[in-house]
Amino acid sequence: MPSAEEVKTRIEAAIPGAEADVQTADEVHFSATVRAGAFDGLSRVQQHRLVMDVFDGELGGAIHALALKTEVP
Amino acid sequence: MSDTAIRDAISQAIAENDIILFMKGTPDHPACGFSARTVATLQALETPFTAVDVLPDPRIRQELSALSNWPTIPQLFHKGELLGGCDIVTEMYESGELAGTLGVDAPADAPDDAPEAAGPLPAAPLGIENRLG
Repeated sequence: MPSAEEVKTRIEAAIPGAEADVQTADEVHFSATVRAGAFDGLSRVQQHRLVMDVFDGELGGAIHALALKTEVP
Repeated sequence: MSDTAIRDAISQAIAENDIILFMKGTPDHPACGFSARTVATLQALETPFTAVDVLPDPRIRQELSALSNWPTIPQLFHKGELLGGCDIVTEMYESGELAGTLGVDAPADAPDDAPEAAGPLPAAPLGIENRLG
């Protein structure tokens, strides 16, 4: 079961320069705000894809839900 | 129906309907809090939309995600393009962008914040714990 810290670390490792703030009450439903320069010029869908791709295959499984907000610094 | 036929039917539905929402359950009986919230947000704009329930056949969700490169449900499409899931739709509603993108006039009494889904949110589906490694 991933912790909030683990989810944060994985996002920040996968997206260069990203800062993630991750919350979870139950380690199954997560909520994350991610700021990254890499999002600049991308649509929201493309920004979210970058983050969701970090958890390829785990969304809906170990990570039941990841509520996501993306921001360009 | 073959997987290819399902994928073709999904593509066709996206092409033929200006605003189409793939969701768990139906607008009247959403089976997931995120789908419920997205429906409530569209209803706050009083815009007609087509809804597709992905639950009757797991291949609908599988083929849809393969097509859209988007892993989760719900998924809202406008004129053939994926706008996003619940989070993006909520964010776009609250910034006022959603009405403009969809080409609708927001009703004067539409709330500033995206409406929470009516009624209590369903609990997390049973059985998910069994899949935790």
